[in-house]
Amino acid sequence: MTSTVEAPPGSRVQLRLLAGSNDGRLDSHLAQHGRLPAFDTSQVIGMARDAGLTGRGGAGFPLWRKLSAVAAAGRPAVVIGNGAEGEPASGKDRALLTYAPNLVLDGLQLAASGTRSAVLYAPLGAHRALRELIDARRGAGLDRVPVRLVAAPDAFVAGEESAAAAAVAGRAAVPADKLVRITESGPGGAPMLVQNVETLAHLAMIARYGPGWFRAAGTPDEPGTFLATVSGAVAAPGVVEAGYGVALGDLVAAAGGATAPLRSVLVGGYHGGWVPADAALPVSRAALTPYGISPGAGVIVALPRTACGLLETARIAGCLADQVAGQCGPCVNGLPRLASTLSDLAHRRARPGLPAEVDRLARLVTGRGACRHPDGTARLVLSALRAFEADVAAHLAGRCLAEEGQR
Amino acid sequence: MNRLHVDWTACDGRGLCAELLPELLVEDEWGYPAPRGEMSVPPALEPAARQAVDRCPALALKLTRVSAGRAPGSS
Ligand SMILES: Cc1cc2nc3c(=O)[nH]c(=O)nc-3n(C[C@H](O)[C@H](O)[C@H](O)COP(=O)(O)O)c2cc1C
Ligand code: SF4
Ligand code: SF4
Repeated sequence: MTSTVEAPPGSRVQLRLLAGSNDGRLDSHLAQHGRLPAFDTSQVIGMARDAGLTGRGGAGFPLWRKLSAVAAAGRPAVVIGNGAEGEPASGKDRALLTYAPNLVLDGLQLAASGTRSAVLYAPLGAHRALRELIDARRGAGLDRVPVRLVAAPDAFVAGEESAAAAAVAGRAAVPADKLVRITESGPGGAPMLVQNVETLAHLAMIARYGPGWFRAAGTPDEPGTFLATVSGAVAAPGVVEAGYGVALGDLVAAAGGATAPLRSVLVGGYHGGWVPADAALPVSRAALTPYGISPGAGVIVALPRTACGLLETARIAGCLADQVAGQCGPCVNGLPRLASTLSDLAHRRARPGLPAEVDRLARLVTGRGACRHPDGTARLVLSALRAFEADVAAHLAGRCLAEEGQR
Repeated sequence: MNRLHVDWTACDGRGLCAELLPELLVEDEWGYPAPRGEMSVPPALEPAARQAVDRCPALALKLTRVSAGRAPGSS
């Protein structure tokens, strides 16, 4: 799922990170963007703040605040570019590491400006090409801070911040307790900064074209573009880039358009939630808050009207329950129970109080793990109960609206 | 005010803390402590909370000071 989709004329889809030759080569990168200007740490922080750049790995936290926290720790930090992309429905980080890896490596240098240690955490399959590129850049004198490659295992939680930090410290890539923030003291003792690779690529663009340019895309409150991975019932599934606030319909159109009338759309991925298939709905934190979600890491899955949203959610919940890193009791016990209870509802094994039990379990697991995997899973399940309320009622009566082609 | 923090990677779920601190914690169906409401500890419950922390066999239960200037969190 690593194709870039050209913007159809007239749509609000806007290519920035993915504009240009996209061959991943250093010479084309330098021809297109030139060398990275030199900045010190406070300039990088100021630039990130003026641009309003937020994390693209899911949480949407302002970059400049994390940079400041690490700078305030007063000890050299390890800066980690997070390209793990454990989310099965996401392909944007892989696309970025394939088509525009130099932007990621530029951004990594910027974020590591005050330090001596930078790491790119990426799936092993990407290492060969990245290793060559890192060597070429070092040879060309581009990178002051040496970059180490660390393999990201193919597991959903391996990309979680503290799991990435653990992997970089030579431990198993599983999340850790958050009482001590890794920006203060990571698993090896040094402060650690984990940023999604897309966040770093945007930083590299801001360093060249300025915060004002960055803000020309998106909305005043949520500036810039983001990479979306659009899949499901669309003609050309792939990665698209657009400003925050882009209409959901424009993203779907950029992925070739819907192949069938849509029932609902999953926004924000497996930790996101279902929204109505409303082409005009803006994809922004502000517009999605009423649905209890955010754009997250930009995953968009179109569900055709012929599919049952409860069945699809039960399938995803089962997959998420299989991905628990067997550490935290409420997650290890609760997610499989939540998934199987939802599965009973999805498969019309009705019993009294079934939806209430799903709701109870979702609330029971929320906030009770070392990482937010249970929270994200619960969010998805609760959103399905809301979005597919009519289906829940039908299933309890032994019917399925998708099968009957109603609604 | 202090807050209770459970290190879920360490907690082995025998529910001792819920017995010692029933005002704040209740055992879930698997034996793990679940908050009744907020995890902040009112001054009157402070001694009981300290006892629960001291007696947690897995060293999983902690009391943390609620301070404003914490480093930013993320998901
Ligand atoms: C279960 C779970 C899995 C995650 N997987 C990833 C991932 O694969 N890549 C990523 O960049 N962030 C992932 N995150 C978010 C990270 O914890 C972290 O917020 C992010 O890497 C910070 O970078 P950003 O601020 O640039 O977005 C995950 C979070 C959770 C709870
Ligand atoms: S909350 Fe779940 S997924 Fe996260 S560390 Fe604990 S067991 Fe693993
Ligand atoms: S006493 Fe400690 S180990 Fe036992 S349930 Fe409470 S927190 Fe967990």
